[in-house]
Amino acid sequence: MRRALYLLPLLLFLVLGGFFARSLRPDYDPHVLPSAMIDREAPQFDLAGLKDEGLARDALKGGPVLINFFASWCVPCRVEHPLLMALANREHVPLYGIDYKDQPEDAAKLLAQFGDPYRRVGLDRDGRVGLDFGVYGVPETYVLDSDGHIRKRFVGPLTAEQVDKELLPLLKALRKS
Amino acid sequence: MTGRAVPSWLAKSVLVAFLLLAPTVHLLAVEPNERLADPALEARAVAIGTTLRCLVCQNESIEDSNAGLAHDIRVLLRQLLLTGDSDTQARQAIVARYGEFVLLKPPLLPATYILWFGPGALLVLGFIAVLFWLRSRRVSTSIDAPLDAQEQNRLDALLHEADR
Repeated sequence: MRRALYLLPLLLFLVLGGFFARSLRPDYDPHVLPSAMIDREAPQFDLAGLKDEGLARDALKGGPVLINFFASWCVPCRVEHPLLMALANREHVPLYGIDYKDQPEDAAKLLAQFGDPYRRVGLDRDGRVGLDFGVYGVPETYVLDSDGHIRKRFVGPLTAEQVDKELLPLLKALRKS
Repeated sequence: MTGRAVPSWLAKSVLVAFLLLAPTVHLLAVEPNERLADPALEARAVAIGTTLRCLVCQNESIEDSNAGLAHDIRVLLRQLLLTGDSDTQARQAIVARYGEFVLLKPPLLPATYILWFGPGALLVLGFIAVLFWLRSRRVSTSIDAPLDAQEQNRLDALLHEADR
């Protein structure tokens, strides 16, 4: 019994060490927050469109879709842009854009210059829809299932690794169910 | 002293003036056009807003932060209060969007038990450890049984040896 007490510091060290080791991992970012909206119904929205059609939540039901919050003024959005193009063109992922706190002309120019991966783009000029989604910085990407429930959120620019290991398998699973 | 340029009464009054102004130095980031016309409602908004974390600058409240997101949440909070939400309802509406992390003071939940009770538990553990330690010390210094004949002989021999 007394001997066991001497193991206590070692145990404490292992617990603390494990905790610190987790924080030291290169892919750990303390600023990435879990979304409070996971498994909840996506907030209602009905936005004017950048192209001809508008974007409303209820029009997106019927299959898993991706909603990508972006803006022309957002630098990390340009980083992920080629990946979004590949997702739309190669994987044929139904990708919808919400242009967050942006001028429509600027967004149109961006899409004309770098390509347009979105089936439709909604204009969220005052950021209110972003607020309802719990967006705290662009880009953010949400996966909605066929009932319109939020299943996953990616904060920051998507990476090829996230797409391969998380996004595509999730979409595949959602399509089956 | 003769070389002094500033008379002491002046230095003192400048100091007093600074101290009087000091409380006003901490200004909230709330912009004038965000404020509600009703001072009571605005006071409620500020009271709630100072308990909400700005998710961009993470250790500032939304009332203190200049971030665009903080502005948006401030405006949303005031809209909610204007539509007649209670303080709890308004706060809950923002927690629903951003999660418990948005509260600067963590609520008492199973996930935060360690945070709330950990220090107290460590203190209690410490007390128990000290108690054990004190008890073990008392046991080791007290004489429980007299020496038997063999031990007494050995002690006498050793003492005798030391006398020589």
